[in-house]
Amino acid sequence: MEASSPLPSLRGVRDLLDSGEGTSVGIVNEALERADALDEALGAFTGMRAEGALEDAAAADARRAAGRTLSPLDGVPVAIKDNMVMEGEPTSCASRILEGFVSPYTSTVVERLRSRGAVIVGRTNLDEFAMGSSTEHSCFRPTSNPWDLDRAPGGSSGGSAVAVASRIVPAALGSDTGGSIRQPASHCGVVGMKPTYGRVSRWGLVAFASSLDQIGVFTRDAGDAALLLEAIAGHDPADSTSLREPVPRFSEELTGDISDLVIGLPREYFLDEGVDPGVLAAVRDGVSVLERAGAKVREVSLPHTRFAVATYYLIATAEASSNLARYDGVRYGRRAASATDLSQMYFLSRSEGFGEEVKRRIMLGTYVLSAGYYDAYYRKAQQVRALVLDDFQKAFDECDVIATPTCPETAFRLGEKTGDPLSMYLGDIYTVSANLAGIPGISVPCGMAGGLPAGLQLLGGPLQEATLLRAADVFQRLTSHHTAVPTAI
Amino acid sequence: MAVLARLSLTDAEVERLSTELEAILDYVETLEEVDTTDVRPMSHVLPLATPLREDRAAAPLDPQAAVVNAPESAGSAFVVPRVIDGEEEG
Repeated sequence: MEASSPLPSLRGVRDLLDSGEGTSVGIVNEALERADALDEALGAFTGMRAEGALEDAAAADARRAAGRTLSPLDGVPVAIKDNMVMEGEPTSCASRILEGFVSPYTSTVVERLRSRGAVIVGRTNLDEFAMGSSTEHSCFRPTSNPWDLDRAPGGSSGGSAVAVASRIVPAALGSDTGGSIRQPASHCGVVGMKPTYGRVSRWGLVAFASSLDQIGVFTRDAGDAALLLEAIAGHDPADSTSLREPVPRFSEELTGDISDLVIGLPREYFLDEGVDPGVLAAVRDGVSVLERAGAKVREVSLPHTRFAVATYYLIATAEASSNLARYDGVRYGRRAASATDLSQMYFLSRSEGFGEEVKRRIMLGTYVLSAGYYDAYYRKAQQVRALVLDDFQKAFDECDVIATPTCPETAFRLGEKTGDPLSMYLGDIYTVSANLAGIPGISVPCGMAGGLPAGLQLLGGPLQEATLLRAADVFQRLTSHHTAVPTAI
Repeated sequence: MAVLARLSLTDAEVERLSTELEAILDYVETLEEVDTTDVRPMSHVLPLATPLREDRAAAPLDPQAAVVNAPESAGSAFVVPRVIDGEEEG
C-alpha cells in the first residue's frame, strides 16, 4: 500500500503539539492522507470532512500560538461514528433511507469535543443503524479488519475501531447497544469503552434501542480513553436519561495502583466450551497480570448469563421497531418515487430504504410487541433483564471489577455469518449483559490467538468508569499488546 | 406482521425471513426455563422521573431548517401525497 505515516496516540499528538514539533494542520493533513491511502482497502470511513477539519485545525494552531489552548484535545483529530449528527454535515447511519440527509443540528458529544478543540476529521462506517456485529450490514460496503483484510472488524462500530487500529486517527467515538464498541475493539486490538448508561448524552445519536444505547470511546490505551471520556461525559438537559452525577477527572485517577481491588471471574464466562481456547488462554494470562499487580482474584457467579442474548435480542428489536417507525419518507431521507398514495409511500420508502438486517429486526420487534405475544416475549424479557441486573448487583457485593473475555472468538471471516443471523447474535454473549444492566465496560487488548487480537473485558458497577480505567491502565503499563501494529496494512 | 411494520416484502424475502425468525424465536424460547414469578418487568435501568425544567422560552429549530431534509416541502410544511380525495371534500 501507499506510504503514509501512522499517527501517534492521543497523548502522543498532544505532546507533539505542546512541544511545537507538530501543528494541528500538519497532523490533520497526515490523518487525511493516511485515510486516503488506506481506506480503499479498509472501508473504515463513510465520508471525510477534509475542508472543515483543516479550518478547525488552523484555528487550533492559532489558539495555541496565542496561548489559549482549550484542552488536551485541542487540535487532535477524532473520527465519529456515522450515527452522531453534526450541523451542516451528512449523517447516513450506513442506510439508504438517510440518503442525502444533512443534519440541521449538532449532537452533544460533537459539541463537547469541538468546544474543547478536537478536530472532527470524518465519519466512520457501521452496520446499518448500528444493527450488527460485523460492519458488513452497511449500505456502502463492508469494513475490513486491518489484521486480515478478509475478516470483519466486528461491529457495529467497526469503522471507528479500524480507524484507530490502523493509526489513521488516535481516537474515535462509537455507540454500544449490545457490545458495538467493545466487540470491534477486541477484534481490532484497540481499547473500547462503554460508560454507564446515562453517563454520556445521547442527544444527536440516532436511536436504535433507547434503553440500551450508550456513546463511548475508542483509543489505543486507557490513558487516552480517560481524556476522551472526561471531555464528553456529564449531564445534558437535552437528554432526559442523562445522569445528574459529577464526572471525575478520569485522567487523574490513573494512579497505577490496583492493590485495593478484588477482581471477580464469573464462572459462567470461563466455561471451556463455546470459547476459542486461544482467546481463553490470553484472557487468563491477562487476569494473572492484574493479580501480579496486587489485585485479589476470586470466582463469582452470574447465573442468568446464558439467557442474556435472548433477552437482549427481544428488548433491542422491540425498541428498534418503535424507533425506526420515524423513517416514513415524510420529514427526511428517502421517499419512494413511484408511490401514488400515502400508505404506499410508507411501504415503498421503507422497503426500498432499509437493508436486510434492519428489516429482520423490525419484523422481530414488531412481532414480540404485538398483542398476543407481548407477555410471552417482551414482558418475559423485561423480567429476565431484572434478574440479569440482580446477578450483577450480587456479584459486585463480592468484587470491584468483573473480568471476562470480550468475545468468545477472534475476528471471523467476511461473509462467514451473514447467512446465519442467529450465530452472529450468539457471538454477543459476553457483551450484551452490561447493556441490559446499564453498567460500564471496557475491552483491552490482551494478546493474540491464531494471529488475531483477543480482548479482556472489565466490567464495573454503575459509575465505576474510573476504577475500570485505572485497572486497564495498570494492565497496559505491564503489557505491550496495545502497541502491536496491524499486519495487513 | 410486515403490514404492521409498514414493510412490503418480496416472496423471496418472506420465505427467508420466516425461516430465520422461526430459528430466532425457537432460541428465545429458552427464556421459558427462567422462573420469573413475582419479578417486576424492567423497562429501564434508571429510576426515571420526568425531568422538569424552568418554563422559559428557548429558540426552537428554525422551521425552514426543519424541512430542508424533506423529500418534498412547501414553505415550512412537509408535502405528502393527497390523503383525502378532493371530490369528496365537503
